[in-house]
Amino acid sequence: MRRSAARLGGLAGVAALFALAASAPAQQRTSARELLSPELRAMQDDDARNPGMLWVEQGAKLWQTPDGAAAKSCAGCHGDAAASMTGVATRYPAVDRASGALLNLELRINRCRTEHMRAPPFDYESDALLGLTSFLAHQSRGLPMSVATDGPAAPFLAQGKALYLERQGQLNVACFQCHDDNVGKRLRGDRISSGLATGYPAYRLDWQRSGSLHRRLRACQLGVRAHQFELGAPEYLALELYLAARAEGLPIETPGVRK
Amino acid sequence: MAQTRIVLPKTAKKGEIIEIKSLIQHAMETGHRRDNMGLAIPRHIIKSYRVTYAGEEVFRAELFPGVAANPYFSFTTVATVSGDVVFTWEDDRGTVVTETVRLTVT
Repeated sequence: MRRSAARLGGLAGVAALFALAASAPAQQRTSARELLSPELRAMQDDDARNPGMLWVEQGAKLWQTPDGAAAKSCAGCHGDAAASMTGVATRYPAVDRASGALLNLELRINRCRTEHMRAPPFDYESDALLGLTSFLAHQSRGLPMSVATDGPAAPFLAQGKALYLERQGQLNVACFQCHDDNVGKRLRGDRISSGLATGYPAYRLDWQRSGSLHRRLRACQLGVRAHQFELGAPEYLALELYLAARAEGLPIETPGVRK
Repeated sequence: MAQTRIVLPKTAKKGEIIEIKSLIQHAMETGHRRDNMGLAIPRHIIKSYRVTYAGEEVFRAELFPGVAANPYFSFTTVATVSGDVVFTWEDDRGTVVTETVRLTVT
C-alpha cells in the first residue's frame, strides 16, 4: 500500500517536472555542433577533413555540367554560384510563386531540372542531389537563417508547428518533448539537439555518408515507432519550414558533421 | 571516378615541414553486413594508399575492413625539391584512383 502510494507520488513528481519544463521560458537555442565532442567539432571546422566536403565538390562539378534535352547547366543560367547563390539557402524552404507549393532546396533543384533543363529529376537521396544541395547550402555557410513565415508560407508553418507539437508513434512523444524539453541530455549514443537542422545535408558518422534532413527526420520517426513519411513528403517540408523558422538568425553550417 | 580532396601548400621553402591531407570518397564496405534479403554485401574496401613526392615514396598505408568510410589521411614531410606529389588509392576490385598535385619549393 505504502509502496504504491510512493510510486504515485513519484509519478506526480514527474508530471510536475514536465509541467515545469513546458512552462519554462524558451532557452537559448544552439546548433547541434555545440553538443559535439571537441574532436568532431574540429572535424567539421576543417574543410580538408570534413567528409561532407566531398559532396560539396561533387555538387560544384554538377553545377558546371550540362544535362537534359535543353543541354543547359546550372551555371549556364545562374553563373558563378559564389556570387549568385550566396544567401539563397537561408531563405529555404520557400513557397514557389508559380505553383504555390512549398519547396526546399532539393525540390527546387529538381524543379529547375525538369522545367528549365528538361532533365529527369534526381532521386531524393542520391549522391547527385545531396551534392548539389550541399554545394548550394555551402554558398551560404555562416549566413543567418531567415525564412519567410508570413503570407503564403503561413499555412505551411502552422502545419509544421502542429506536427512538431503532436504526439506520435507507439512511444507517444512529440518532437518538442526531446528537442525543447530535454536538449543536451544523452539519448542512446548521442546528445539531444535543439532540432534546428542548420548543418544539413550533413555527414553523419552513423550513416558513413552525407544525408538529407528528411532522412534524419525518418530516423527520428523510426525511433519513436511512428509512421514514417516519404522523403520529400509535404509533411516533412512543412516541418522543415518550422525547424528553419526556429533556427532564425543562426548560421548555416553545411556540411555539418553529426554523430 | 571517386571524389577526392587533397590539401597541401602550393609553395614551400626548402627544408620546411609541410602537412599533407587527403580524403577520398569510398564506402569501405566491410563484407560483414547483410542486405534486406539477408544476403551478404560483398566486401569493397580500399586496400592500399601510396604517396610519392618527386618520385620518392613518402607515405604508404594498408587498409583493412575496420577503417571507416571516406578514409582521411594526414602526414608531414620535408620540402626538398619542386616536384609532383602523386596520390594513389587502390581498392580490392582493382580500381585505381590517382591524383597529382604540383609542389613548388623555393
